[in-house]
Amino acid sequence: MTVFLLILISSLAVYGFILNKSKASVMSDTNIMHSQPHYHGLYSAFITLVPAILLLFFWSFIVNMITNITLKDFFSDITDTGLIKFYTDGVIGYAEGATDKIINHAGFMPAVEHYQALQHNNKILQFIVISTLSLMLFRYSLKFVEVEFKARDYIERVIVIVMRASAVFAIFVTIGIVLSLLFETLRFFDSVNVFDFLFGLHWSPQMAIRADQVGSSGSFGAVPVFTGTLLIAFIAMTVATPIGMFSAIYLSQYASENIRSYAKPIIEILAGIPTVVYGFFAVITVAPFFRDMGAFFSFTNMSSESALIAGSVLGIMIIPFVASLTDDALTAVPRSLKEGSLAMGATLSETTKKVIIPASFHGIVGSFLLAVSRAIGETMIVVMAAGFAANLTFNPFDSVSTVTVQIVGLLTGDQEFDSPKTLSAFALAFVLFFITLVLNVISLTIVKKYREEYE
Amino acid sequence: MTENLKVSIRNLNVFYGKKQALFDVSLNIMEKEVTSLIGPSGCGKSTLLKCINRMNDLVEICNINGQILLDSVDINEVSQDPVLLRMKVGMVFQKPNPFPKSIYDNVAFGPRLHGMTKSKEDLDNIVIQSLSKSGLYEEVKDRLYEPGTGLSGGQQQRLCIARALAVNPQILLMDEPCSALDPIATAKIEDLIAELKQQYTIVIVTHSMQQAARVSDRTAYMHMGELIETGMTKTIFSNPQHEKTQDYITGRIG
Repeated sequence: MTVFLLILISSLAVYGFILNKSKASVMSDTNIMHSQPHYHGLYSAFITLVPAILLLFFWSFIVNMITNITLKDFFSDITDTGLIKFYTDGVIGYAEGATDKIINHAGFMPAVEHYQALQHNNKILQFIVISTLSLMLFRYSLKFVEVEFKARDYIERVIVIVMRASAVFAIFVTIGIVLSLLFETLRFFDSVNVFDFLFGLHWSPQMAIRADQVGSSGSFGAVPVFTGTLLIAFIAMTVATPIGMFSAIYLSQYASENIRSYAKPIIEILAGIPTVVYGFFAVITVAPFFRDMGAFFSFTNMSSESALIAGSVLGIMIIPFVASLTDDALTAVPRSLKEGSLAMGATLSETTKKVIIPASFHGIVGSFLLAVSRAIGETMIVVMAAGFAANLTFNPFDSVSTVTVQIVGLLTGDQEFDSPKTLSAFALAFVLFFITLVLNVISLTIVKKYREEYE
Repeated sequence: MTENLKVSIRNLNVFYGKKQALFDVSLNIMEKEVTSLIGPSGCGKSTLLKCINRMNDLVEICNINGQILLDSVDINEVSQDPVLLRMKVGMVFQKPNPFPKSIYDNVAFGPRLHGMTKSKEDLDNIVIQSLSKSGLYEEVKDRLYEPGTGLSGGQQQRLCIARALAVNPQILLMDEPCSALDPIATAKIEDLIAELKQQYTIVIVTHSMQQAARVSDRTAYMHMGELIETGMTKTIFSNPQHEKTQDYITGRIG
């Protein structure tokens, strides 16, 4: 019914658009109109569609409210509000056919019938009211096609409102996410000391599930998790920096236009591979390779899950970020500087080393920092390739764990949202968010500064 | 005025891909003289200039045939090294392009690159001499370690000239060196050119006929990739032989 209603009012809107547009275009043959014909069309479509859609949206809210209030009357002998809620939910579930469970209460079946009747009447009423409204507005909008009518101004205003609303939405969602993270973090710090969390050397949240276990209060030291993260990010940068740098230099300075036009998109495809695929690659290809290499050099304590494996695959993942951003920075250096250096008798590599890289240094640093924050925030590859054991170690052959991996571990499955174990995930996430935020701010400031230099 | 032949361009044809940019150009450039190349936009003057220090090598689709003899040696021969050639033939560009380094490092760039000095004093001397030659030293001697990009346009251009002079070239190519400068800065560069020709052979591309008349000893007029007329500047401007040259000089084309 609702779908049919939507189709109906949308077709009305389209019809209004066509009618008003053609009427206006006939008028524009003999007059100089304030607005182009398509603005008149859009005006009609807007008037027909938007109020009806808004009403439809709020309709369901209001109806839900009414339903809940009237349903409660059937259970007026019960005083516990929680139980009433349970009963009314049961009624709605049964009436909608989601469950066939009948609650043993005198008011249950009458309530079901009441609900079904209400829903039936509601659908009909909704259809009639909204389609009538839409039709009336449609009829109303047809009157406005006049030489003087400022349809363009109205449409422009609507567009501005839509854009502003989108921007506000995006900002509020961001603020909301940060606040929800912050509040859960504060709840976590009610039960665990901030300094124990930030500087504790032992991480094993699993022990805190039961209150009678030993160590249930002292196992939230986040240091091993953060060193794991840093270790893996460091290995990743060790892989990605030289490869990304050199490919960027090759592409921006040495490669012919022809090669560049193929090579750059191919490198950028790397950025489009889902990270879980990199995870497969790490587990199926890279891990056995490192194990065999270890065996070849008689190095036996090579774990199949290690910081080295996760870090190197993570490094491969961020190569395109480094390469592409560095390439942008290098190509932003004015050609005149390159020519000036070459005309001094410098070779291309001397020019790159002594003029182009120093000139674009800010941009290169910015690209590295962005890549680092990507590496720190990455989860999937590390879950698959680095393991879960939060060892405090700098040995790349050991299994380590990272912040994101721990969060996944803490929040998968059924969790009680009042135990420190679960809440610690929010604290980890908050610290991680803070670190990447700082990195991003620094790198964006640097990138911005270098952009200004040649403009 | 010495009458020694420094550069001899013989039957030069230049192609950018399928498009021919220069047609059978022959031109003699005398030692310690200023030769100016004039002509309407796109006539090939900058292309010709860039052939003299092989900057056209950098353009992949560029093909050159013909000869360019510098002191009777063909610069395009396989045995000739572009790096050594560009040490002998310096270049100054249309837009001042100091490196984003200090004034000192800008001038020291060439000597350091080519390992020309053994000690810090030697390098200091070269930097000071070069800046003095370009008339910039007095203006910047208290801020040698400040960025070269902080200078005014005219000073930047003189810094670029000092940078080119620091490797002790024999020839200086100037590609419209004043087109981005105001009249006062232009006058300074022109005075400088007059001084520099005591020691260097200068080839200058210019859009301004007045400039060509003021600074150059010889002038070559180019049109559509062809060299139309060449001769002593005075003769060219007072008594052009070719109709096209006359049209350009009197302002009918270009």
